[in-house]
Formats: sequence, C-alpha cells, structure tokens
Amino acid sequence: MKLYQETIYSLHDKLKAGEITSRQITESVLERIDAVDEKVRAFITRMDELALQMADDADKRFRKGEFLGFLDGIPVALKDIFLTEGIPTTCGSRILENFVAPYDGTAVSQLKNEGAVFIHKVNMDEFAMGSSAENSGFFPTHNPWDLDRVPGGSSGGSAAAVAAGEAIFALGTDTGGSIRQPASHCGVVGIKPTYGRVSRYGVIAFASSLDQVGPITKDVMDGAILLKAISGRDPADSTSADIPVPDYPSLLTGDVKGMKAGLPAEYFEEGLDPEVEEIVRKAVSDLEKRGMEIVPVSLPSTKYAVATYYIIAPAEASSNLARYDGVRFGVRYPDAKGLTEMYMKTRSQGFGPEVQRRIMLGTFALSAGYYDAYYGKAQRVRTIIRREFDEAFTKADVILSPTAPTPAFPIGEKVDDPLQMYLTDICTIPVNIAGVAAISVPSGLTNSGLPVGLHVISPPFTEDLLLNVAYAYEQERGVFPQCPL
Amino acid sequence: MKITPEMVEHVAELARLELAGEDRRKMENQMVKILEYISLLDELDTSGVPPTSHVIDVENVFREDEVKPSLPVEKGMSNAPESVGTAFKVPKIIEG
Repeated sequence: MKLYQETIYSLHDKLKAGEITSRQITESVLERIDAVDEKVRAFITRMDELALQMADDADKRFRKGEFLGFLDGIPVALKDIFLTEGIPTTCGSRILENFVAPYDGTAVSQLKNEGAVFIHKVNMDEFAMGSSAENSGFFPTHNPWDLDRVPGGSSGGSAAAVAAGEAIFALGTDTGGSIRQPASHCGVVGIKPTYGRVSRYGVIAFASSLDQVGPITKDVMDGAILLKAISGRDPADSTSADIPVPDYPSLLTGDVKGMKAGLPAEYFEEGLDPEVEEIVRKAVSDLEKRGMEIVPVSLPSTKYAVATYYIIAPAEASSNLARYDGVRFGVRYPDAKGLTEMYMKTRSQGFGPEVQRRIMLGTFALSAGYYDAYYGKAQRVRTIIRREFDEAFTKADVILSPTAPTPAFPIGEKVDDPLQMYLTDICTIPVNIAGVAAISVPSGLTNSGLPVGLHVISPPFTEDLLLNVAYAYEQERGVFPQCPL
Repeated sequence: MKITPEMVEHVAELARLELAGEDRRKMENQMVKILEYISLLDELDTSGVPPTSHVIDVENVFREDEVKPSLPVEKGMSNAPESVGTAFKVPKIIEG
C-alpha cells in the first residue's frame, strides 16, 4: 500500500514508530495529485510550499518525541468554505476569487493546533449550494470511481480528494447533505454532527440554522479521530454547544448487541434505485448479524422535508449573502456610475445561476405579503419533522436508510433542472431540518462499480453511539475496495 | 401561486440582482416550478404548531465585557476593492 492510500491512525502509528516522516507522506500525496488531479480536478488552490513547511515542522517535533495529536503531520484537504489565514478562500464563487482570508476559522485553528498539514483548498458548489459540485464558479470536479459522473456536492472536492488519495482526510460542511451525499457517491465516510457540535466561526455562511462542519475520511475510526479534534464549545460561535466532547475513538467497541435500529418505510419508497435498495438492505442485515434488533419506525412527514428546506435555506442564504456587495471584500464591478448600479452589477456578474436562484427564492419567501405563507409555514413544518424524529427515537436507538436514492449521476444530467437536483437530497435533508446527527458509510458497489452509502441517524449529541453503530457495520462489511483510479 | 414578470422584477430589485431578457424569463419559469413543488406544504395542517427557528434552544449567551485584541484595521481593509485610509470607498451615492 502507498502512503497516500493509508488512514490517519495507520500513518500516526508509523510516524510514532519513526518508520516514516511527515515529509514522505506529504510528498506521496503531492505526487498523487500530480498523477490524477488532471482527471479529478479536486482542488481550487494548491499549497505545496506551505504543506512541505508544515510537514517539516511536524518532523522536527517528532524528532524531539513530541506529538500534538493524531493529526500531527497528516495531510488534509480543506473545503474552500473555511477561512484560512493568508490563503485564498473563494467558497467556489467568482465573487470571492480575489479574497484572501484575514484570519483562521475555529475548525482550521484546531487542525493547525493538532499539527495537520494543509495540502489544498478544494472545490465545491458555489456557496455550498448544490449536490454535484457542478455549480462551482470555476470548474466541475469528477468522481474518481467514474470520471464521467459527479462526485456529489456540495463538498464534492473534499470527498473526491479523499477517495482519490489526494488527501488523507478532509473537512466539509453539510447544510442539507453536503458531506454525506458526496461521501456516499465517492465511497468514503462522511459525518454530519449534531447542530452545535462543531463551531461555525470562520466558515462562510450559507444557511446558519442548518450549516454544520464535519469530517470526510476513509473509515469510521478516522472520522472519530477528526470529530474529536474539531468538536466543542467555541466562545466565537454562540450556537456551539457547551456539552463535553467524548473521546470518540476509544469508544468504538463494535458492540451493538441489543441495540435497536429503526427502519423508516418512508425512506424506501418509489424513486429509490433498486440496486441502492438491495445494497442498503444487505447492510441492515449485516447489523442484524451483529445483534441489533431491526424495528419499524415512521417519519410520515419525510416527503415535506425538501419543500421545507427550499424555503428555510434560501431565506437564510438571501440574508447571509447580502454582504457580497462589492464594498468591503470580493470582486466589484468597476465601471458603475452610482452605488445602486455597482451593487446590482457586482452581484449579477459575481454570483452564478444557482446562487441567484436561491437568493431570489429566499427574498421572495421573506418578502411582505408572502412571509407567513412561506417562511412561517416552513418553520411550523420544521417543528413537525423534529417531533417525528423525537418520537422515532423513543422506539429506536438509531435510524437506518440509504444516504442518497441513486448512485452518482452523469455530469450534466441534472444541471439544467434545479428541482430534480434538489430531490437528490431527499434522504439527507430531514436530518439538517431536525438538527440531529448522521453518518454515511460505504456499503457496497453497484454492478457498474459505483459506491453506495448506508445512512445512520442518531439523536442530538449521541455521536459516540452513531460512530459505534457505523464501526460495527464496517467490521461486519470488511475491507471496502480502493477506487480504481 | 401565480408568479408574474412584475413580481420577479420586484424581488430581483429587493435582492439587488439585475435580471434582464432571457435570464429573467428563465428565472421566472424556474421559480414557478419550484414554488409549485413547495405548495405541497399546503396540504399539511400546521395550525397550533409553534415555529422552529433554531433546533437548539439558544438563550442569550453572555460573557464578561473585556477588551481583547481584534483584527488589525489593515487586515480588515486588506480585501477592500477600493479604500482611502481606513475607509471603504464607493461610487457616489446620490445620483443625478
């Protein structure tokens, strides 16, 4: 096995034993990027010099017997939504193509404090709005398992980078499935922690009541290590929860005997690809073999989740994106005669079509005369969806479903039909609406060799439980194949 | 819900977006389709259901009022498209 193919903990062990150096890992990853990124196109900004410097600094520490943590000396891909001091941070948008972040966000600082090596800032749907990475203002990213297909989105660059070996692990964000859906499509693990588990400070805002930072990794143990590193209360984010962070990695026992897994009929209805269904049902029976009891649960309002999301998320986005006005940062339309013209031309030329669509939808839903019928209604439906999860969790410890109703779709297939694109997130969106935790774990390949993910959902702040179920499944499943690229 | 060209124009104005010709027609068609889908929510009775604006109950979060270092002005200004000293420069505000 090449170094770029390994996990955080296997590399950590080798670093501790003095068998390898961080520079060797970093060079292995950079060579891999040279070899495959022309086809995958995962990154927006590559930081070779910084990466090698950070690797050498780590090696200096190791020679003195010092380790900052599990992540010390290990290369990471950062979604280009994370403010990274002195580094261009575009959020996948032309309107921020010249923006250099003046400070580090909290998750980025935490990775720095643990000694992680920053390799690149990776591609995404513009402002995290999309499910395919095709809405990037720069170029689409390709799925390493099938280059003619999308990697999923919006954290498409993060998932593709980890799957292709262009990073050992990655950081993403998930507002309606943006970590889990690309993880499912790229055959890697993606975690959407409970809302409030990880600080959002220094993460470019899309929909503030739904956005959450999370890990994209090669396996569940790596996910547990990364989640531990980034979780916790942050004085700079008043919505971050003041709840102790368990030592997730040491809690992975794989023992799930006697636990109950709920199977919601609403996630296995029409529209679900038969191959996906077969693979997910096999995964469910694997967990049954480990001693879990499978019980039926009902989430009857699942079918309203996408509609609810497409009011709440655009409404919050229309407000958050008001700041891109060409005054304090970002690209400005240069030849305006007055201020209003400058605003209008800056925003119309700087934002791509999907971002403009969502700003329009959100502005409409919040505008006088429509607020109650749209935004007010959606917030009430949100309560109903939350209550149904609460109710389901009285009958089951976790809920199992597919992560996405289909495997990765061909590039270009849905890009002109926004509504079809929105519906690809039907299994992941309810989790953000309810604010609960979820993970996608690779569970099989279709006949044409496309990865499919098992989606595990757990109550707020039970990531330890969530990870342990995912870990138990992984043990039963066995080694997942490497992507053929 | 009927979406008229005038409504699209009004919302675009509120959002400070300039939509002209073909772009405006396309936006109108897509908004009609998406709002039609969203009208699915009408079949749910939400009377008596309180709204959720935030999934965790966030009360006011207080801290001591201490002076701490903040981002230096030069750094805060470093991304400005145009600036004069410590001020952001914009095109003239009163037109005509």
